[in-house]
Amino acid sequence: MTPNQPTIGGRLCAPFAWAIPVTKLCGTLAITFFGLLLLTFLIGRVVPVDPVLAVVGDRASQSTYDAAFIELGLDKPVYEQFWIYLQKAVVGDFGTSMLTKKDIAEDIKRVFPATLELATVAILIGTIFGLPVGVLAAVKQGKLIDQIVRVIGLIGYSAPIFWLGLLGLLFFYAKLGWIAGPGRIDIAYEYSITQITGLLLLDTALQGQWDAFGNVFSHIILPASLLGYYSMAYISRMTRSFMLNELAQEYITTARVKGVAEWRVIWIHALRNAAVPLVTVIALSYASLLEGSVLTETVFAWPGLGQYLTNSLQNADMNAVLGGTLVIGAIFVGLNLVSDLLYAVLDPRVRSRND
Amino acid sequence: MTKPLSSRDWLLSDLPTSRRQAKAGHFYRIWLAFKANKLAMVGLGIVALLLAAAILAPLIAPYNPVIGGDLRTERLLPPSLTHLMGTDEQARDILSRVLHGSRLTLLVVALVAVIATPVGLLVGTTAGYFGGWVDSALMRVTDVFLAFPRLVLALAFVAALGPGIENAIIAIAITSWPPYARLARAETLTIRDADFIAAIRLQGATSPRIIWGHVVPLCLSSVIVRVTLDMAGIILTAAGLGFLGLGAQPPQPEWGAMIASGRRFLIDFWWVATMPGIAIFIVSLGFNLLGDGLRDVLDPKSIK
Repeated sequence: MTPNQPTIGGRLCAPFAWAIPVTKLCGTLAITFFGLLLLTFLIGRVVPVDPVLAVVGDRASQSTYDAAFIELGLDKPVYEQFWIYLQKAVVGDFGTSMLTKKDIAEDIKRVFPATLELATVAILIGTIFGLPVGVLAAVKQGKLIDQIVRVIGLIGYSAPIFWLGLLGLLFFYAKLGWIAGPGRIDIAYEYSITQITGLLLLDTALQGQWDAFGNVFSHIILPASLLGYYSMAYISRMTRSFMLNELAQEYITTARVKGVAEWRVIWIHALRNAAVPLVTVIALSYASLLEGSVLTETVFAWPGLGQYLTNSLQNADMNAVLGGTLVIGAIFVGLNLVSDLLYAVLDPRVRSRND
Repeated sequence: MTKPLSSRDWLLSDLPTSRRQAKAGHFYRIWLAFKANKLAMVGLGIVALLLAAAILAPLIAPYNPVIGGDLRTERLLPPSLTHLMGTDEQARDILSRVLHGSRLTLLVVALVAVIATPVGLLVGTTAGYFGGWVDSALMRVTDVFLAFPRLVLALAFVAALGPGIENAIIAIAITSWPPYARLARAETLTIRDADFIAAIRLQGATSPRIIWGHVVPLCLSSVIVRVTLDMAGIILTAAGLGFLGLGAQPPQPEWGAMIASGRRFLIDFWWVATMPGIAIFIVSLGFNLLGDGLRDVLDPKSIK
């Protein structure tokens, strides 16, 4: 952030005004990251499974055991172990997976695009449907559409996502045959496409392989709609309440008195102001899709971060679990930060309050 | 009091003659407002049904929830009059398992609430009351816990502690308290500088006494509303852990684990995974409706 940026969004602001909140933010962020690391380290320490045995197996000789004990750094005092853990984690070294003997950071890099693709399609679905529905619910408060938004929300907050996923597979895949089953892509296509970004929809489209694109789409549509439904429940409810807030303001009355068309008052004047807090809401639900994806990925055999986490869990591969947890925590914090910054950029009132 | 009043008049009296009457009247008014909300009453009904099912499970469940019938003839039977929800792959009656499963669900919800609420209240009120570095330190810790998505953190804890219903409860409780702490802190900040707190302090009350006796009771109602609203989330998290095989272990009739075991037969025997899911859905819905209703009655500020 350059300090002497003269205008942001066409509005004047004092030079260096950014410096103080940004430094403060960085401090908070550093402490939060430190806490994330400390917490995952502590979780790793309470494991009842002996980490040495997990590496060497229970039939190893005493000397092998001792060698592994020292290699893992368990002979050092706890604070020193934490320091080593900290140094490694900062450069993205989460150790090697005890099970696959592969570098955990590499593993995560390999599986992450699948989760990213799923979450991105889901948030698009959630926003495209959630936003207009929320606006309509606010305009027609108490009418049918408003009740529908309420019901959508209640179902979203009450139904277990893995259960809805299973039912979806049962109906749309097994009974109706409309969509492809679990997994990201059929085996027939799996080796015919070169991965550029790791996002299969993008890769297939870029290479013009529309058959494969259709296949990928038919795999992703159900899990993404499901996750999208949950974001939609949240986004539409928040849109409704922000819009109600804006529609009660005096500038709306002014616009109406001036004779501005009603659709313009709602979709241009009010929505534009409601959009500012909505950015935060959308960023937060994007982040929470990473959480929802743990269960969804299990149900749909989706080879992403969530499935990697649960597989590691079931094999008591603690390093991989903590690595994955840490990455998700970091992304969560990162997206929170982005939404805070966007908020400040979009809303001059917040900016002046921070200064 | 010269002539006997009806109990309703006694409760609604504008001039209560005793502290007890004032309190009872207060709760009666809350109840009247709550009763007017039909959806909230539906929620209350569902939660009451859950309680009844949990208490009466051994009496009303038609079959044994753990030991199944004849494996040759009674496996995976579709719903019928003898087995209202069908049977599972071990010839166990699913209705009986769902009924007994309500005990586990209730246990999880109750224990998480009992563990997480006091922790959140204590951390939040202490941070809010003292302010300064105590506040900063406690809130940083809270932020760290909030930085993880809830299910992921619970997963990591269960991975460390080992699978099982007790550890699942501990893990969910550990991930549940931070929002309560935040809320309690915000409430405390609004009453910390009130005159009555200053008056008590001048009388020589110690800080723990002020926090416990005067700040906590005022934060309680909003925290309780929040806990009730969270209960559906707690149930869903517990079911998710059970689904991943990290919660209650077989043969315990935990709803999430039942869905996981029914998953293998989903396409041909849909009822095995569907029935426990309906139970989770209805109970979560009940807690959501109840929570919404309580919020409207107890916390009128937050109505939007």
